[in-house]
Amino acid sequence: MGAIKRRWHQLNRFYDALYVTPYRRTARRAQRRQEDLFRLLVMSEALGIPNPASFYTLELLPFLMEDFHAWHLRMGMEHSPLEGMKCC
Amino acid sequence: MTSWLLALSAFVVFFLGYRFYSRYLAEKLFRLDPDFITPAYRQEDGIDFVPTNKFVLWGHHFTSVAGAAPIIGPAIAMIWGWGPALAWVLMGTVFMAGIHDFGTLWASVRNRGQSMGVIARNVIGPRALTLFLLIIFFLLLMVNAVFAVAIGTLFTNFPASVMPYWLQIPIALVIGYLVYKRNWSILLPSIVGLALLLGLVYAGTLMPVSLPEETAGYPATAWWVLIMLTYGAIASRLPVWLLLQPRDFINAHLLFVCLALVYLGVFVGRPEIVAPMLNQDLPDGTPPMLPLLFVTIACGAISGFHGLVSSGTTSKQLKKETDARFVGYLGATGEGLLAVAAILATAAGFATFSEWSEHYGSWQQASSQGIAAFVQGAGSFLQHLGIPLVVATTFMSMMVVAFAATTLDTGMRLQRFILGEIGRQYNLPVLSNINVATVLVFISCVALAFFADPSNPGAGGMVLWPLFGTTNQLTAGLSLLVLTLILMHLKRNYLLALIPCLFVGVMTAWSMLINIGNYLADGNVLLTAIGGLILVLNIWLVLEGIAAMGRKRAPEEMLDQGEG
Repeated sequence: MGAIKRRWHQLNRFYDALYVTPYRRTARRAQRRQEDLFRLLVMSEALGIPNPASFYTLELLPFLMEDFHAWHLRMGMEHSPLEGMKCC
Repeated sequence: MTSWLLALSAFVVFFLGYRFYSRYLAEKLFRLDPDFITPAYRQEDGIDFVPTNKFVLWGHHFTSVAGAAPIIGPAIAMIWGWGPALAWVLMGTVFMAGIHDFGTLWASVRNRGQSMGVIARNVIGPRALTLFLLIIFFLLLMVNAVFAVAIGTLFTNFPASVMPYWLQIPIALVIGYLVYKRNWSILLPSIVGLALLLGLVYAGTLMPVSLPEETAGYPATAWWVLIMLTYGAIASRLPVWLLLQPRDFINAHLLFVCLALVYLGVFVGRPEIVAPMLNQDLPDGTPPMLPLLFVTIACGAISGFHGLVSSGTTSKQLKKETDARFVGYLGATGEGLLAVAAILATAAGFATFSEWSEHYGSWQQASSQGIAAFVQGAGSFLQHLGIPLVVATTFMSMMVVAFAATTLDTGMRLQRFILGEIGRQYNLPVLSNINVATVLVFISCVALAFFADPSNPGAGGMVLWPLFGTTNQLTAGLSLLVLTLILMHLKRNYLLALIPCLFVGVMTAWSMLINIGNYLADGNVLLTAIGGLILVLNIWLVLEGIAAMGRKRAPEEMLDQGEG
C-alpha cells in the first residue's frame, strides 16, 4: 500500500512539473506584477499618494520589509530609496 | 505496399539516427561535457533558469514544437506522391532537424542560455538580430492567418468537431482555476478533463454544428476564420494560467493519444497504400516538386521554430549538457514521427485510388483540403481499432483544431509583444498599449486571411502555406549559419551544419522565385510584396553569412568553454 502511495505521489510530482515547466516564467511574472501592485498600495503614503486605508495598511508594513528589500535590489538600487524605510 | 512496413522502416531509420548520428554529434562535434555547469545551475533564479529533469524537459520541448504544422505540410505535399514526402521527412529529421534542434540547444547552453537572436548578433553581427526579428514577425503573421483558415476548413468539413472543440475551453478554464486558485495537483483534473473531452467527441457526433453555406456573400469557412481570429484575439488577452496553460496540457495528452492510436491502427489494420509513390499524373497548376516539396514540409523535416524553443526556454532548464542529445535530437524525432503519421494517413487512409484522387484533384484542393484528407485517413486507421468512423474523424479533427487554436492564441500573444517592442524602439508608445496592439494584430491577420487569395476570400489563406514554410526554413537557415560559424571557429567539422544550411538556403530562394513569378502572373499584389520581402531577407541572410565567414574570431568569443 505504501509503495502504491509513493508511486502516486511520484506521478503527481512528475505531472505537476510537466504542467509548470513551459509556463513557469509567465506565471512568475504575473505573480510579480500582482505583488508589485499590492506593495504600491501598502506603501503609497511613503510615495506621497494619499491612501484612505493607510490606518490598516500601516500594520502590514513590518511584514513587507523583507519583500521590500528584495524589490529594491531587483530594481537595481543597492539601498532603500525611501527615507522612512531603512531595510539595509 | 503496406503501410505498416513503411511505419516500421520509419521507426528503424529514426532509431538508427538517434543511436548513431546523434551520438556522433554529441561526442565528436559538440563534445558534450557531463561536468559542464549549465546555465540552469549557474544562473538559477527559480523563474527562467531552473534545473529540470530530462524527461519533463523533453515533454515540454516536444509538445511545444509539435502542433498542426507537421500534419498540414505532409498532407499537402502528398500531391507529389508519398515517396518524396517520406524521404524528405526521414532524411530531413535525421540529418537536418536533428543537428539543428540539438545544435541550437547546445549553442544556447554554451552561451549562458541566450536566445538564437542574441547568439546570432554575437556571432554574425548586430544586423543579424534585426534580420532575425523580421523573419519571426513574418512567421507569426502568416501562421495565424493560415491556421485560422485550416480550422475553418475542418469545421466546415467535420461539423461534429465544433461542439467538442468549444466545450474544451470551459474544461480548460475549470482545470486552470482548480490548479492555480485551489492549489490542486494537476494529475487528477487532467485525467478527468481528458475523459470528459473524449466523451464530448462522442456527443459531438450526435450534435453536429454547421454554419449556413453562405452568409452575406461569404462562405461558411470565411465566417469560421473570422470567429477563430476573434477568439484568438480574446484568448490572447486572458491570463496564461486561465486558458492557454491548461488547454496546452490537455492538447499534449491528445497528441500522445493520437500518435499511439494512429500507429496502433496502422499495425493492427495494416491498410494498403493507395496513393502513388511518385505522382506521374500531376494535376495542372501543381508547382514543381523540386524545390516546393522542401518548403511545403517544413515542420516535420526541419523547422526554424524549434531553434526558438531550444534556445528560448529549453536551454535555460537543461540539467546536464549531455541531456541535450536526448531532449534536442529526440524532440526533432518526435515531430518526424508525427509527420510520418500524416503521410501514412493521407497515403493509406483511403479505400481506393479514385477516392484519394478526389482529395488531390488540383493543387488548390490539395492545399485547402489536405488537412481534411489527413483527418479522414487517420480516422479510417482508428476504425481498425473498433472506433466508429464518425467518432474517429471527429476526434482527429478536434485534435488538429485544438493544436492550431493554441498556436493561434500563442501567435497573437507573441505578435503583440513584438509590436510593443517595435513601439518602444521607434518611440510609438501607442503600440505598447495592449488593446491597440491586439486590435492591430487581429486586423492584420483578418486582412491576410481574406485578401491573400482575392478569388477565394476568407478561405484562400492556405495559399500562404509555401510562404510560411519558406519563412520557417529561413529561420532554420539562420540558426544553422550561426552553428556553422561557431563550429568553424572551433575548428570542428562544420560541414555537417553547413550542408543543411546551404540546402535550405537554396531551396527557399528557389521556391520564392517560383512563387513570386506565379503571384505576378496572377496579379496578386499583396503576395508579391510579401514574397519579395521574404526573398530580400533570404538574400540578406546569405550575404551576412559570407561576410561573417571572413571575420576572424577567437573560440572564447563563440562559446563558454566551461570550468571543467
